[in-house]
Amino acid sequence: MSKLVISSIGPASSVQDGGRPGSQRYGLTPSGAMDRLALAAANTLVGNELFAAAVEIGPFGAAFTARCGAVRIGLAGASRSVDISGRAVAFDTSATLADGETLTLGFAKGGAFSYLAIEGGIAGEPMFGSLAVNARAGLGSPYPRPLQSGDELHVQPASGVAERRIELPALPDAPIRILFGPQDDEFSEDNKKLFLDSEWKISATSDRMGYRLEGPAIKHLHGHNIVSDGTVNGSIQVPGNGQPIVLMPDRGTSGGYPKIATVISADFGRFAQISAGHPFRFKAVTMAEAQAEARKFAELLRTLPDRLRPLEGLDLNLEALSAANVAGYAVNAVDAATWQVAEPATT
Amino acid sequence: MAARDAPPRLLPSGDSAITVEFSRDIDDAANRRVLALDRTLAAAPIAGVTETVPTYRSLLVHYDPVQIGFEALGEQLLALAQRPDPSAARTRRWRIPVAYGGEHGIDLEDVAKALDATPDDIVKRHVAGDYRVAMIGFTPGWSYLSGLDKFLHMPRRQNPRVLTPAGTISIGGVQTGIQCIAGPSGWHLLGRTAVRTYQLHRDPIFLLEPGDTVSFTPVDAKTFAEQDRAAEAGEFVAELVAA
Repeated sequence: MSKLVISSIGPASSVQDGGRPGSQRYGLTPSGAMDRLALAAANTLVGNELFAAAVEIGPFGAAFTARCGAVRIGLAGASRSVDISGRAVAFDTSATLADGETLTLGFAKGGAFSYLAIEGGIAGEPMFGSLAVNARAGLGSPYPRPLQSGDELHVQPASGVAERRIELPALPDAPIRILFGPQDDEFSEDNKKLFLDSEWKISATSDRMGYRLEGPAIKHLHGHNIVSDGTVNGSIQVPGNGQPIVLMPDRGTSGGYPKIATVISADFGRFAQISAGHPFRFKAVTMAEAQAEARKFAELLRTLPDRLRPLEGLDLNLEALSAANVAGYAVNAVDAATWQVAEPATT
Repeated sequence: MAARDAPPRLLPSGDSAITVEFSRDIDDAANRRVLALDRTLAAAPIAGVTETVPTYRSLLVHYDPVQIGFEALGEQLLALAQRPDPSAARTRRWRIPVAYGGEHGIDLEDVAKALDATPDDIVKRHVAGDYRVAMIGFTPGWSYLSGLDKFLHMPRRQNPRVLTPAGTISIGGVQTGIQCIAGPSGWHLLGRTAVRTYQLHRDPIFLLEPGDTVSFTPVDAKTFAEQDRAAEAGEFVAELVAA
């Protein structure tokens, strides 16, 4: 069995998969990937099930070294600079680390979370059918906590199949769509309008439980205490200070603040990827629109394998080869870095 | 349920969940209707419903909008809410041992003072209670019980504690509760139980179900310590009195 050894990793990085829904009635939060489309894309690149366990990497850089054999990986989500022992690699592609090679990832650009999927998945002991880390409940495998330097992931040896890239639809730089409710009647029409008309930023104190929003104070009609009721991913709670908190996959299963609105499921991953401090807006939609978007999103997930393409970058690039020779540099046919066109890291 | 009961409100919680709200307040009759709808749905599942989460006053119904839309599901839920409760007679009854006061319940003396009673009187009243698991939430296994003696109703602490021990038995507002894992709490700590309402590698992992009935039995510190070891090894320690 091969190993992927974590040489360095920042906070907010953990093993995540589709999560463990089904036990919210017992107070068990579902956890799972912040951006399910990105997780599914990374897994598709290496032929895994869509929601197989992968490494969710927070905004900072990380480095991984293959040991005891080669390891094939897929990268998707917030793009970063990628380097495998000196070779530049594009995002939204698969790549293979030879035994001893190190994958170095830079800071996230234009997003918060990236997903590193490994061919064959990550070996671990599922609890409630999931390896996803939920540190508070002591759940997650192979480590029931965020990842740290020195951790080792046991994985299958690389199959050696041709590398792929995945063509994903461009993410719109559009407002995050919401449905009002379940407790929008706890707010005046003026305050609902203020919520929609304002520019919001995500506070740096946000985490996998909730994103705290910074903007104008949203006032309640009848105070900020309601009898606790159930929450979902994307519930927008308004506590006493009027600064909304959007509940994320590690949320409490019940909450006692009025929920003015809910992020639609198709936009949840795009919302999770908004970086702290980056301004954004909300837009209200109808139930019919939100459910049509949910069906489109499900169809996109279902057809992800159809979006795989051969990795052109690995075909011999004669132009680059020739240019390199003209310039008088030595070209080593076995070291792709000398003849491959460096692809821009932002795709 | 009686036909005269007002139909619940259907509140959208995004595009993949409906909050079926029976009341805005903590209301015993509403909680019974929540639990009845939960049982009805379990007995007669609706295609597309993925998970239900009962709380004091509402049932959160998670669903897959690819399989069923908001309107169609809402209609079916309203119809089911009018059906008689299928299995209210089959309630499980648990007896849960509690070490009250001292290091196990550091607020017992203060609660007694605040209510102008003796610690023994507080324990007697708490033990006399016949409670129902109204909901489980917040953290795994945290069981909110309804049926607290009115004499014991008191506001929560001004300053919530950041860390309270696993197994804490506490009161807050009109409720009492069984906390399973260590965590923050603003409630008044009366005692501790060795019972794990949530324990991995045990079958079942979750001991209590919403709707179960619970009563408490006082035990001394030595018994608590023995039960704690037994519970750690996977024993229930809680006694199932009737099923």
